[in-house]
Amino acid sequence: MMDVLYFAWVRERVGHPKDRIETNPATVMELVEDLRAREPRYEAAFSDLAALRVAIDQELADFDAPLNGAREVAFFPPMTGG
Amino acid sequence: MDIRVQDAAFDLGLETNAFAARQSGMGAVVTFTGIVRDLDKGALSAMEIEHYPGMTQKALEAIATEARERWNLGDVMVIHRYGRLHPDEMIMMVATSARHRADAFQAAEFLMDFLKSRAPFWKKEVTQEGAEWVAAKDVDEDALKRW
Repeated sequence: MMDVLYFAWVRERVGHPKDRIETNPATVMELVEDLRAREPRYEAAFSDLAALRVAIDQELADFDAPLNGAREVAFFPPMTGG
Repeated sequence: MDIRVQDAAFDLGLETNAFAARQSGMGAVVTFTGIVRDLDKGALSAMEIEHYPGMTQKALEAIATEARERWNLGDVMVIHRYGRLHPDEMIMMVATSARHRADAFQAAEFLMDFLKSRAPFWKKEVTQEGAEWVAAKDVDEDALKRW
């Protein structure tokens, strides 16, 4: 079981801040494909991966990173702090 | 190390004085403050700052720890706000102390460059016409390459 979080416009496009996933995707990319297949609003949120960043268990990661045992994955646009 | 993520406003003078007073044997204190900048047309009604509560504190601490490894610093402080802010309000501040000013200046710049694009904050500009997410700038990403 894994929590998937969305922030900023990713959250707005998906329509809610969090999903709980029961499947066990092996990599971030597999998780993205699972999400895309759900509904058009997910496809809209994940249509351009170059515009997205991902964190696994609150650490920045790559889309080809493995998810073995991850409890929380977050998707968001490039950060604009400061 | 003093890292704070908060919605409340902070008092720059008070924080700077308190930080400086905590130092011992340091010859330099550098501070930087980020302020909500109005749009050119004076149309910004608010800046909404979203963050990733579980990750923000850790990300800021990791950036500050790296600064302490790279430069000879006495101390580092970061305050970063979230929530709904208005033009001319202070968003964030960093402070560094060092025996010599070059370390304090460079570490403060390093902190700012990494805070911009590696700390999980997202800004949204609200105007009469609606609200728009602020896009990350290539120049901010490029700024990381110099370190």
